[in-house]
Amino acid sequence: MTFALFVVQLFNGVQFGMMLFLMAVGVTLVFGIMRVINLAHGSLFMVGGYFLVESYQDTGSYWLAVPLALAGVIAVAAVLEILVLRPLYDRGHLDQVLATFGLTLFFNEAVVVIWGRVPLDLNVPSFLNGHVAIFSGVNYPVYRLAITAVAMVCGGLLYFVIAHTRLGALIRAGSDKREIVAALGVNIGLLYTAVFALGAALAGLAGMMTGPLLSVESGMGDPILILTLVVIVIGGAGSVRGALVGALLVGVLDTFSRVMLPRLFGLSAGTALVGMADYVLMAGVLVYSRTGLFAAHRG
Amino acid sequence: MPRLNRRALLYLALLLMALAVPLYGNVYYTRFATQIAIYGMAALSVDLLLGYVGLITFGQAAFVGVGAYVTGMLTVAGIDDALIVWPAAMLVAVAFALVIGALSLRTEGFQFIMVTLAFAQMVYYIAQSLRSYGGDNGFTLGGRDALAGMSLANHTVFYYVVLALLVAVMAIAFRVVGSEFGMVIRGRRDNERRLAAIGFPPFAYKYAAFLIAAAIAGLSGALMANHSSFVSPAILSWQVSGQLLAMVILGSPGTLIGPVFGAAIYLVFQQVLSDYTDHWMIFFGPLLVARVLFIKEGVWGLLLRACGAHEVPAPGAVAPDRGAAE
Repeated sequence: MTFALFVVQLFNGVQFGMMLFLMAVGVTLVFGIMRVINLAHGSLFMVGGYFLVESYQDTGSYWLAVPLALAGVIAVAAVLEILVLRPLYDRGHLDQVLATFGLTLFFNEAVVVIWGRVPLDLNVPSFLNGHVAIFSGVNYPVYRLAITAVAMVCGGLLYFVIAHTRLGALIRAGSDKREIVAALGVNIGLLYTAVFALGAALAGLAGMMTGPLLSVESGMGDPILILTLVVIVIGGAGSVRGALVGALLVGVLDTFSRVMLPRLFGLSAGTALVGMADYVLMAGVLVYSRTGLFAAHRG
Repeated sequence: MPRLNRRALLYLALLLMALAVPLYGNVYYTRFATQIAIYGMAALSVDLLLGYVGLITFGQAAFVGVGAYVTGMLTVAGIDDALIVWPAAMLVAVAFALVIGALSLRTEGFQFIMVTLAFAQMVYYIAQSLRSYGGDNGFTLGGRDALAGMSLANHTVFYYVVLALLVAVMAIAFRVVGSEFGMVIRGRRDNERRLAAIGFPPFAYKYAAFLIAAAIAGLSGALMANHSSFVSPAILSWQVSGQLLAMVILGSPGTLIGPVFGAAIYLVFQQVLSDYTDHWMIFFGPLLVARVLFIKEGVWGLLLRACGAHEVPAPGAVAPDRGAAE
């Protein structure tokens, strides 16, 4: 592997990792604060992609389409939280898993009814087309750099919100002792809806940005969701810092194993090993610590 | 009539109904009943973990799939004696469970769900990478196995073999949960700490139950491969694990027979709705949500109640919160 290829793959890995981070934030916050495991988070990722396709077709401008699609995802998330998630807060994990699994089935089919089974293409915005030289002789797609930048800005904003605002203080307090927060007179229902919508917006954004890299189709959120769960097991459930570390670890490992393992072990064995790499990392972390690297909660 | 006798009569009536399916004379129904029995067996293996040990596994499809792949590979290789192939399928499923169980049972609650889901996905990707076995498209077996020289190609013969295995598995499972071992695992479901305090190491018992469930799932996978003479990674997808959980919940967890009902409801629902629309999932998803949110009991529980054969809880008894064993 040349140094140039190494750098390019490292950039790809960080980009994929930041994408996973945007997904993982929502799942880990919803778990940390509401104690709900939300398997429908992959659907919000997918809905984000579809909404962007639709709003771009209608407006013809990404500057209008992205905020519109984001507003749509947030609206869907708020309805979901109020109708389905809220009654689940006091239930066992089994009820939560099954109900949110049911939602996933619904969304995967609903997008087929609305937009058809054929995968939709989403083009890279023209101003992000092309390549840029990251150092002499090595070109890198501008779009991927932009994704990494947007995700990093989101991460920075999230840090600011959680560490320095009233909402953030409530989120931190809520993930420690939600009953006390409610007892202090905070409208905990509104806080829950806000946290859920925040996580959904990040997932939707991830789905929108992934659209041009893959294609927008039914079930596109499912593999990402499962990888997100791996990230959370590695990072520790409920911890945003753990989500960041876990996401970067998985993103970089996943990218490098795709490049390296087929070269090292041949095409067929290598491909099988690629599929295993992320999960072997997860197994290794579980052997080291049952609750992940930065666990905020147990169980 | 005493409740227990009513229940025995109910079992007998159900068994007779199951035996009578091929008499209807339509191969389509026989094949459909076979499918229900096979999925029922897989759902039963989930119920063993969910309803008795209190473990919410979202990765049982891995063991079903491993059983199916082993069966397919051996059959394609020309080894088609069911007495060799099916036990081999179960053994390999148990071998996978030895590793997956050792790692995933280190976690509990929420994490256990995610870890079992993740490992099942890993097995899915391994199956997908088997290029000589069709990769993502899967492969056909070319025919069913033979049981001690008897061909299983006839749908009625195969149905009775599957039904006999389902009844046998159910009988064994009832023995297991009724034994001292069964008391210990139910104790772990209700309160793991107290169980440990009176000297039973919870891990060993959970692990043993996990392996038994994997063996049953592996057998159902072997039957699934035979039933359709086709195996593909779709059998290992995370939706299948979710569907198996849904079947258990529709049927009544912690009853072993309920999940078979759940499988029947699920498959009938699928069959009936897909006559009207390709998009039947759009109805099933909300149905599952509604079952979880509004209905407290599965179909088997409702049926027992309707026949007056339900268990009346002792005064002051507290029903354990299903699945939320922590």
